[in-house]
Amino acid sequence: MAKPETMTINMGPQHPATHGVLRIELDLEGETIIDARPIIGYLHTGIEKNMEAKTYTQALTMTDRMDYLAPMSNNLVYVGAIEKLMEVEVPPRAEYVRVIMTELTRLASHLVWLGTHAIDIGAMSMLLYCFREREKIVQMYEFVSGVRMMSSYFRVGGLAQDIPPGFDKRVKDILGTFPAKIAEYEGLLTNNRIWRNRTIGVGTISAEAAIDAGLSGPNLRGSGVAWDIRKSNPYSYYDRFEFDIPTGKNGDVYDRYKVRLEEMRQSLRIIGQAVGGIPEGPYITTDRKIALPPKNEVLQGMEQLIHQFKIVVHGFTPPKGDVYFAIESPKGEIGCYLVSDGTKKPYRVHFRPPSFVNISALPKLVIGRMVADVIACIGSIDIVLGEIDR
Amino acid sequence: MMTSIVEEKLRKEYSDKILDISTFRGDLNVVIKPGDVIEICRFLKTEPDLKFNFLSCITAADYLGKREIRFEVVYILFSIPNRKRIILKTRVNEGEEIPTLASLWRTADWQEREVFDMFGIRFAGHPNLKRILMDDDWVGYPQRKDFPLTYEVPHFSHNKGEIDTRDKAPWRGDNDG
Amino acid sequence: MGLEKYLPDGIILTTVEKAVNWSRKSSLWPLGFGLACCAIEMMSTFASRYDLARFGMEVMRPSPRQADLMIVAGRLSVRMAPIIRQLYDQMPNPKYVISMGACASCGGIFNNYAIVQGVDRVIPVDVYVPGCPPRPEQLIDGIMKLRAKIEKEKLKSDA
Repeated sequence: MAKPETMTINMGPQHPATHGVLRIELDLEGETIIDARPIIGYLHTGIEKNMEAKTYTQALTMTDRMDYLAPMSNNLVYVGAIEKLMEVEVPPRAEYVRVIMTELTRLASHLVWLGTHAIDIGAMSMLLYCFREREKIVQMYEFVSGVRMMSSYFRVGGLAQDIPPGFDKRVKDILGTFPAKIAEYEGLLTNNRIWRNRTIGVGTISAEAAIDAGLSGPNLRGSGVAWDIRKSNPYSYYDRFEFDIPTGKNGDVYDRYKVRLEEMRQSLRIIGQAVGGIPEGPYITTDRKIALPPKNEVLQGMEQLIHQFKIVVHGFTPPKGDVYFAIESPKGEIGCYLVSDGTKKPYRVHFRPPSFVNISALPKLVIGRMVADVIACIGSIDIVLGEIDR
Repeated sequence: MMTSIVEEKLRKEYSDKILDISTFRGDLNVVIKPGDVIEICRFLKTEPDLKFNFLSCITAADYLGKREIRFEVVYILFSIPNRKRIILKTRVNEGEEIPTLASLWRTADWQEREVFDMFGIRFAGHPNLKRILMDDDWVGYPQRKDFPLTYEVPHFSHNKGEIDTRDKAPWRGDNDG
Repeated sequence: MGLEKYLPDGIILTTVEKAVNWSRKSSLWPLGFGLACCAIEMMSTFASRYDLARFGMEVMRPSPRQADLMIVAGRLSVRMAPIIRQLYDQMPNPKYVISMGACASCGGIFNNYAIVQGVDRVIPVDVYVPGCPPRPEQLIDGIMKLRAKIEKEKLKSDA
């Protein structure tokens, strides 16, 4: 009998599991995995260094391109960091709209996750169903900002422009149809024998190992740790809305799937509470050193004209200092560490990407399992390569 | 308040090792020496009232020309049971090493590799200190302030044929730039 | 042509060139090469609303040896450039390339050390589709222009 030897195979940067350009080197003995080394960097864009060369508002457009499945989350964390540094008051109308758009973003991101995860495991029609629902949310993006994906809708102090009339009616239409769709997905997958065989017991990680590895978001909650930044350090009026934090028990792929499905339902709950009572008022802060004045005042008043000129040509300048601001993005804790030296361009911006830290825990999930489980585990961690490589 | 409990405990235990401690925008910022990083982090992680068990982020910033000591490495810790954040900072010059936190938290592995890749700061005792985002044979550390953003200038009709600096980028190893 | 009215029903006369071009343009098989954000819009174009299967592009082949259209969707980083060249070389003739998005066409908003300023520095491109990301309708327009380009190709031997 020949002794089994170790074979190293390469799941190269181009492979059909649609998660982007991720390369994994697997050491196999037969079909059992002994070691897995994820290799990243094939999409490195130098976003952090490029943002140092642009003013604060110009750099906001680059944050969309990091986690491109949840662009408004990235906008929120960057804008929130600047607002924390400058101690800016955001008006209530803007905060309500921010909550609604961020929760719609969470829905969109989880839909893409479900579609691609299911098609990797073999349920091909889920991709088409999920993209069909995502079209409704992407059309909401286009309704408020004009762009389907990279909207850059948030500004320091509020929103880029006011919501058009008919916004709450369209959101309520979405709320009316979505619960039935989520029930449809559950009916297709949750009690499906093939799905359960491929996901229960696969990719287990305990709560201590998950905290040690830095996992956050649904990956940590699937192992039983009930930590959600929206509840623990609330930002942007989340403490006014009621919602639950779903957790799992075993920390396997099936539990993470259930956690994310339940999160979609809780997002609908939050949106339902917010859209019922959007307050009237300004959509951006009235501090004219930061936000543009309304156009009709600019055309008539001298002081407003000067404010507009200074903000557009020069930009606002935060005080010196550094802050760290973190929010709960659909993938975990995303944080922005911002250093300002008192000029109109950021001195140093660093984003703490959840997918970067989550994918570093992949070896712990797959060692000892078979090759096919690697695909299920990558899908359940829910990575976005644009965020990992920045 | 939680921030004052943390501050009190740190002042009591390590009053000689803390260079500066302050609260800025609601977060506690503590400046320490590079050699004491492991000890203070272990204290913050294991002390029963503090329990900073989650390492959020390790990053760095380059203060070339603005400060005496060039680099500042920032550790951001979070306590899940107490829901509190603390920011630790150390300062190193070029060529100095900081002990690695990979023995306390597994997540420090990749984060320190990224700091090494982008800034060139080495971590003593790291299991696998290699480049992570750039190519293995890349020359230079991109996030430093003396590394240029780009050498390419868009060609318009008024400068067509004039500037073609595409071959002179130092990270291609062509010539000294 | 006057000859056709003497032939029985259901027979048309054409040139080999037109028939070959018609079959090539109607069943392009794309290689799934999504790099970044434009890949999501490409997936939306393949999904049910802006269906691309009606143009014959139903199957998205994961292997370059079985694909004849490469849609480069997303920003090409310097580290990924040799790999895209290798993939392009592995595709059999006739092959076509659509560069989708601003980053693939010219570097987009990222003019820095890490992004190749335009994918045509590495592989030859047939159609450029601008946008950041381009709407699905724009991508479909790019594909229609590619089909018009294929229709005009001359039959020659790739000796």
